[in-house]
Amino acid sequence: MKRTDREKEFSRRIVSRRALVLGGLQLGVAGALLWRLRDMQLEQSEQFRLLAEENRINLRLLPPTRGLILDRSGVLLAGNEQNYRVVIKRDDAGDIDLVLARLARLITLSEDEIERARRDMLRNRPFVPVTVAERLSWEEISRVASNAPALPGVTPEMGLSRSYPLRDDTAHVVGYVGPVSERDLEALETPDPVLLIPRFQIGKIGVERLAEDRLRGRAGSQRVEVNAVGRVMRELDRVEGTPGANVHLTIDATLQNYALERLHGHSAAAVVMDTTNGDILALASAPSFDPNLFVRGISRANYSELLENNYRPLVNKTVQGMYPPGSTFKMVTALAALDAGVTDGRETVFCPGHMDVSGHRFHCWKRGGHGRVGLVSALSESCDVYFYEMSQRCGIDRINAMSTRLGLGIRYDLPITSVAGGLNPTREWKRANRNAEWQVGDTINASIGQGFVLSTPLQLAVMTARLASNTAVLPRLIRDPLERGDTRAASLELRPEWLRMIRQGMDQTVNDRRGTAYSSRVVADGQRMAGKTGTSQVFSISRAERDAGIRRQQDLPWNRRNHALFVNYAPFDAPRIAVSVVVEHGMGGSSTAAPIGRDIMLAALNDGRPPLAAYPAPQRNRVQYEQQELEERLRRPEDMRISRA
Amino acid sequence: MSYLEYNTRQMPAGLRKVLYLNWPLIVLLILVAGYGFVMLYSVAGGRLTPWAEPQIKRFGAGLVIMFIVAFMPLWFWRSIAGLSYVVALLLLLGVEFFGTVGMGAKRWLVFGPVRIQPSELAKITTVLALAAYYDWLDLKKVSHPLWVLLGVLIALIPALLVLRQPDLGTALLLALGGGVVIFAAGVHWGYFAALIASAVGMVTLVLQSRGTEWQLLKDYQYRRIDAFLDPTIDPLGAGYHINQAMIALGSGGWSGRGFMEGTQARLNFLPEKHTDFIFTTLAEEFGFVGASSLLLLYMMIVAVCLLTAMRTTNRFGALLVMGVIGMFFLYFSVNMAMVMGLAPVVGVPLPLVSYGGSAMIVLMVGFGLVHSAHIHRARLPS
Repeated sequence: MKRTDREKEFSRRIVSRRALVLGGLQLGVAGALLWRLRDMQLEQSEQFRLLAEENRINLRLLPPTRGLILDRSGVLLAGNEQNYRVVIKRDDAGDIDLVLARLARLITLSEDEIERARRDMLRNRPFVPVTVAERLSWEEISRVASNAPALPGVTPEMGLSRSYPLRDDTAHVVGYVGPVSERDLEALETPDPVLLIPRFQIGKIGVERLAEDRLRGRAGSQRVEVNAVGRVMRELDRVEGTPGANVHLTIDATLQNYALERLHGHSAAAVVMDTTNGDILALASAPSFDPNLFVRGISRANYSELLENNYRPLVNKTVQGMYPPGSTFKMVTALAALDAGVTDGRETVFCPGHMDVSGHRFHCWKRGGHGRVGLVSALSESCDVYFYEMSQRCGIDRINAMSTRLGLGIRYDLPITSVAGGLNPTREWKRANRNAEWQVGDTINASIGQGFVLSTPLQLAVMTARLASNTAVLPRLIRDPLERGDTRAASLELRPEWLRMIRQGMDQTVNDRRGTAYSSRVVADGQRMAGKTGTSQVFSISRAERDAGIRRQQDLPWNRRNHALFVNYAPFDAPRIAVSVVVEHGMGGSSTAAPIGRDIMLAALNDGRPPLAAYPAPQRNRVQYEQQELEERLRRPEDMRISRA
Repeated sequence: MSYLEYNTRQMPAGLRKVLYLNWPLIVLLILVAGYGFVMLYSVAGGRLTPWAEPQIKRFGAGLVIMFIVAFMPLWFWRSIAGLSYVVALLLLLGVEFFGTVGMGAKRWLVFGPVRIQPSELAKITTVLALAAYYDWLDLKKVSHPLWVLLGVLIALIPALLVLRQPDLGTALLLALGGGVVIFAAGVHWGYFAALIASAVGMVTLVLQSRGTEWQLLKDYQYRRIDAFLDPTIDPLGAGYHINQAMIALGSGGWSGRGFMEGTQARLNFLPEKHTDFIFTTLAEEFGFVGASSLLLLYMMIVAVCLLTAMRTTNRFGALLVMGVIGMFFLYFSVNMAMVMGLAPVVGVPLPLVSYGGSAMIVLMVGFGLVHSAHIHRARLPS
C-alpha cells in the first residue's frame, strides 16, 4: 500500500529500534557463547585434554612368560611350548567363506572349528583377529605361510602355551593351568589385571595353583593409540614385564616315573621321602591323567571318562586318599605303650587268637594265635592281640598323642591342592561326629589302625621317616634355594632303646623268616630294608556271604576287598629313604603292597632302577621278567629334558 | 510498496549495481566459508576429497546464485513472496506424502535426478512471506490480535509441517526466525512476554507428557534432552556425542592442538565431525583463538546486516534482512550452544562451515536477498 513519508519514517524508527534490541540480544547470546568457550578452553582445558588422552591412549597388558616347574635335578615338568596358530581378520579377508574353505584344504579343520571361527568373526569388530586353529605343526604352518597370497587376512602367529612334557607322571603334583574363571577371580581380593586378558591362564590345581604368585611374573604394558572403534593406530611406548620365577620341586622325575609305572594296573598311591630333610622324592597316584588335555580344553568325552573311572584318576590319592592304616599303625600303639610306661617291651603277652573285652571277642588275624609274643615279634608277625592288650593298658588318648607326634592326623602345608588331614579319633570327635560315647572296642580297633583311624599315604611316609630318623621331619615339595639344607628338623625325643625295639620289629618283618614281608627282603649290601605291612579291612565278610562260600578276598568284588599297605625305610643302619605304599583293595599288605614298596625303595637307592642283585636269588628270574616288562613303559633318560634355567 | 513507489533515479541500475553491493558482507562470507574449507580438509585427513572440494564448488555456485538474487530488483521478490510461500507449503505437504526416508525422518523430495529439501526452502519463503505481510499491513493494525494471529500462522504452518517429518531443529529455527520478523515489524511487547511465559509452560508440558499415551516428542528426542541435561548419564549412548564434542572443544586450549593434530577428530571420536560438529574440530585444532575468531566473524556479519536493515526506509527490505540475519544468527548460535553443551543436540549445521549442499545454497539465496535490499534500499531524502 502507498505510505506517506511520515508513515515510512515511523516504520523505519520502529524497525531500527527493534533491530537495536535484537542486536543487543544477539550480542548478549554471543557473549554467553564466548564466555562458555573461554571457560571450557582456557579454564578447564587441562581436564578436557586429560579426557582426550584417556580416549586416545589404550593401555594394553603384555602377559608375562610363566615360570617353569622343574624337578630336583632340573628336568622340565611344566614348560612353555611354542604354539603355532592361525588367525584371521575379517576386514582383510574379504570373502570369509572362500578363505576358510581354502584354509581347510591346507590344515585339518573340523566343521565345528570353521563354524566357530565364522561366528567369532561376525561377532567381533572386523579388525579383531580371530583364532581359527591352534597347536599346528610346523608343516601345517609353513603350508599356510607359503600360500599367503591366496589367503588374504590370514596370518600365522606364534605364541606360548603351557605344556607338561612328562604328561601323566607329575599330573597330581604339578597340576595344570586353565583359562581364568569367575570363581578364580572371586577368590582373589585384588586380582592382578593381567588375569583379565582374554585367554590368560591361571594355575587350577597342584603346584601350578599354589605357587601361582611365584610362577606368574609381572605383566608388562604397552601404550597404544586407538581410534573411536578401538583399532590400534600405533604403539606409543612399551614396558617389558618380568617373567615368572621358576619353581624347583624336590621330586625326582625318574623315580616319580618309576613309582607311577610300578603302580600301573592298580588304584594305588606311593610316597617316597628323604628321611633326613623331608624332601618328597616321589608322590605317585595311580592311575594318573594327562594334564595337557586340560590346558587345551578337555573334551566332554575325555572328561567323563576320567570322572567315571572306578580308579578315580583325578584324585591325588597320596594326599587326598584317607585309608585305615591297619597294621602299619602298630608302631604308634607300641610307642604309646612304651611312652606310657605300661610295658618295657621285653615282657610277653599270650595270644590265643582272640581277646575278650567286656563281652565282645576281638580276633587276631591269625585264628590259631601267636602264642607268647614280645614287642619285636608282635610287630614282625603283626600279632593283633598284643596291641589290643597294650591299648587297654595305655588308652586312646596316649595313642592319639603318639600318633600326632609321629605325624599322623596332621594336615601338611604343601603347595598342592586338597591335602587331607586324616583322622586321629578322640572321644570328643566321636561325640561330635557320631553322637556316641567312646567305647572300649573303639580303642581296640584303633590300636591296629582300624575303626575310625584314617591316614593318608603321605602321613604314613612321614611316620616312617620319623621312626627312621627320630626327628620331626616335615614333608617338603619345593626346594627353596634360600633355605638349602641346614634346617634340621627337631628331635622327636623318643628314647633310643624304644626306637631300637621298634626298628628291630620292622627289620624282622622284612628280614626274619617269620616276618610278614619276608618275601620282600633285600639282600644287597648296605641296602637292608625295614618295614611294616598292613591290610586294612574295608568291609567284613558277612555271615551270609560266608555261608554262600565266600571265604577268600579274591571271591569278593573289587571294591569290597581289603586295602594293602606297606611302609618301609632303608638302609637299615643309616636310613635315607622312607616309602609308603597303599594299594586300594589290593587284598594283602605282604602280598601286594610289600613287593611294590621294595621295588620303589630299590629304585630310590639306585638312581631309578632296582639292581637284580638286590633281590633274593630264587626270585630273580621272576623279577627280571617283571623288570623287562616294566622297562618298556618307563621313560628313557634321554626323554627327560633338562632345563638349564 | 510497488514499482511505482521506486524513485528510479535514486536506484543503481545495470552493472552499476556491482558497486552498490554490500562488499564488506561478501568479504566476511568468503572468510567464514574459508574456515569451513580448512576444517573440511583437516577432517578428511589432509585431503580435498570427499568434503573440501565439493564444498568449494558449492560455495562458488552459491556466490553466483547470491549475485543473481542480489541483482533482481527488490519489488520482484516482494511480488513473488506469497507465491513462493504457497509453493514451499505444497512441497512440504508433498514430503508428508511422497517424501523419501533417511535416518528415521522424511525430509527429501526426489524429482528424477534432483533431490530437494523443502524444509530448507521454507526458511527463505517464510521470511519473505512475513516481510511482505507486514509491509502490506497497515501500521496501525500491526498489534491487533487478529492480524498478529495471521502473522503467527504464517510462521507456524511450515514449522509444524517440518516438525512432523520429524525435524525438531529446523522447525524451531523456522518458528524463531518468523518470530524475529514479527518482532522487528513492531508487534507489541506484551505478545512476546506472553509467548515466553507459554513457552515455559510448553516445556513443562513436553517433559510431563513423557511416557504417557500423548507423548509429544519421539523417544530419541527425549533421550537427547536427558543427555543434554546430564551428559554423564550414559557416556556411551545418547550422551556420547555431546561428551566427545565437549572433550574435543575443551582440549583445544588457547591455541589448539595444531592443524590436523586433533586426536578427537582424527581418531573418529567425534560424531558428524564434518557437519553438525565441525565447530568442535575447529576448536580442538585451533583452540580459543580459532573458535572465538569465527564467532567474531559471524557477529560482524550480523552487525553489517543489521546496519543495512536500519539504513533503509523500505519496510519490506528492512524486515527481510532482519529475518534472514535472525535465521542466520539462530543457526550458528544454536549449533555452537549445542556442541558446547548449552543446548540439546538438535541437528543444526554451522552455517557456511558445515558440509552440506541445500543449507549452503539457501543461505546464499538469503544473503542475495540482503544484498538486493541493500542495493535497492530506499534512500532517505537528503
